[in-house]
Amino acid sequence: MIQAFNLQKKFSSLHVLNGIDARIEQGEVVVVIGPSGSGKSTFLRCLNLLEEPTGGEIVFEGTSITGKRNDVNRLREKMGMVFQQFNLFPHMTVIENITLAPRKVKKLTKEEADDIAVGLLKRIGLEDKTHAYPNQLSGGQKQRIAIARALAMSPDVMLFDEPTSALDPEMVGEVLDVMKKLAAEGMTMVVVTHEMGFAKEVGSRVLFMDEGRIVEEGTPEEVFNNPKHPRTQDFLGKVLSY
Amino acid sequence: MDFTFMYKYYGFFVNGTAITLLLSFFGVTFGALIGVLFALMKLSGNRLLKSFSTAYIEVVRGTPLLVQLYIVYYGIPRLTGIDFEDLTLGIIAISLNSAAYVAEIIRAGILSIDKGQMEAARSLGMSHRMAMTNIIIPQAFKNILPALGNEFIVLIKESAIVSIIGIHDLMYNTDTVRGNTFRPFSPLVVAAAIYFTITFTLSKLLGILERRLRAGDSSI
Repeated sequence: MIQAFNLQKKFSSLHVLNGIDARIEQGEVVVVIGPSGSGKSTFLRCLNLLEEPTGGEIVFEGTSITGKRNDVNRLREKMGMVFQQFNLFPHMTVIENITLAPRKVKKLTKEEADDIAVGLLKRIGLEDKTHAYPNQLSGGQKQRIAIARALAMSPDVMLFDEPTSALDPEMVGEVLDVMKKLAAEGMTMVVVTHEMGFAKEVGSRVLFMDEGRIVEEGTPEEVFNNPKHPRTQDFLGKVLSY
Repeated sequence: MDFTFMYKYYGFFVNGTAITLLLSFFGVTFGALIGVLFALMKLSGNRLLKSFSTAYIEVVRGTPLLVQLYIVYYGIPRLTGIDFEDLTLGIIAISLNSAAYVAEIIRAGILSIDKGQMEAARSLGMSHRMAMTNIIIPQAFKNILPALGNEFIVLIKESAIVSIIGIHDLMYNTDTVRGNTFRPFSPLVVAAAIYFTITFTLSKLLGILERRLRAGDSSI
């Protein structure tokens, strides 16, 4: 579904991505782990071109998206993204947040978009917040709404950029539950996270990144129980000892 | 203090206030419109537009309004060969001056919106323009309303300067009354009261608008 070939990203003199080759298949849940500054988020943000790669190629559903000629907005309709900081639109109610893009981008009528939104709100268990404003919600609720907002565009793949890192510990679970459900329904997902439990339980494949490279990849069992690369061993040793 | 001159001269104040209001209204409107234009130019990727807008803002902010007024008053008719009315020239000078300040206020307002908002909008497939009009500008507008209101109030007060080119605004007519009645002081008190009434009313109206816009912000 998504392929990255020798992906490079440079910020002036800083090399954040040093040649990433990766393949994400339909229905997979790919979890990207690694230390801070390893380029995980940048890699994810390159996939929907929020960051423009400085080299290499990305192919999405059979078309190269890194070329100049392609329609970025079209591409992004097909890739939902969930951010660490939620990024809900604070001046709009929950339902307006969810229906804005379907109405403006997909040109759905208000009724059609509202139907989709109500269905999604039920799925995430927040139908009572339909007309609330984002700052009347808890962090966990905000993030669930953000997931619903992305799903409202019925994307083919969902990108999660540390979706639980800005949450109070007690709210992490409710967000991960929504993501688990989504994975069980067969959604293709790329998840950058520090939640090793989620990676083990839900991930179909784990990528370990360090210094802008994918150092190791494999099934969760392979990577967590039997890491081969010393860098992975070191990282997991530190992270899992708690 | 003796205000008996008002019986005879109140018409001067009424007419002067009307001109001041007219001048301010068009000054604010055109100033805001041109200001938006300069703000967008300064934020655009086009280097030419950007440097033009930057230069304009710096020059206008760095020179006295009085000098700008004279330049417009003597310069524009000479340049264009058209015999504009004084009032028109006054409005042009005031608008061009205000535009520079409004542009900076708007630019700062747009930049104050977290970049995650633009990213979220774009990640949903919205175009840059769609994201600007639906997400960024509504939020920026709310943030800049106090600064914008302040600029409008400054403009109303500063408009008194056009009396110098012979526009019969509140200030000019006040001077006329002072001359005619040989009372140098009391007409000024009347003028001050009128200016204050205008700006205070505007300030209250903006306060109401601001509260209404913030209605959605009430947090738990």
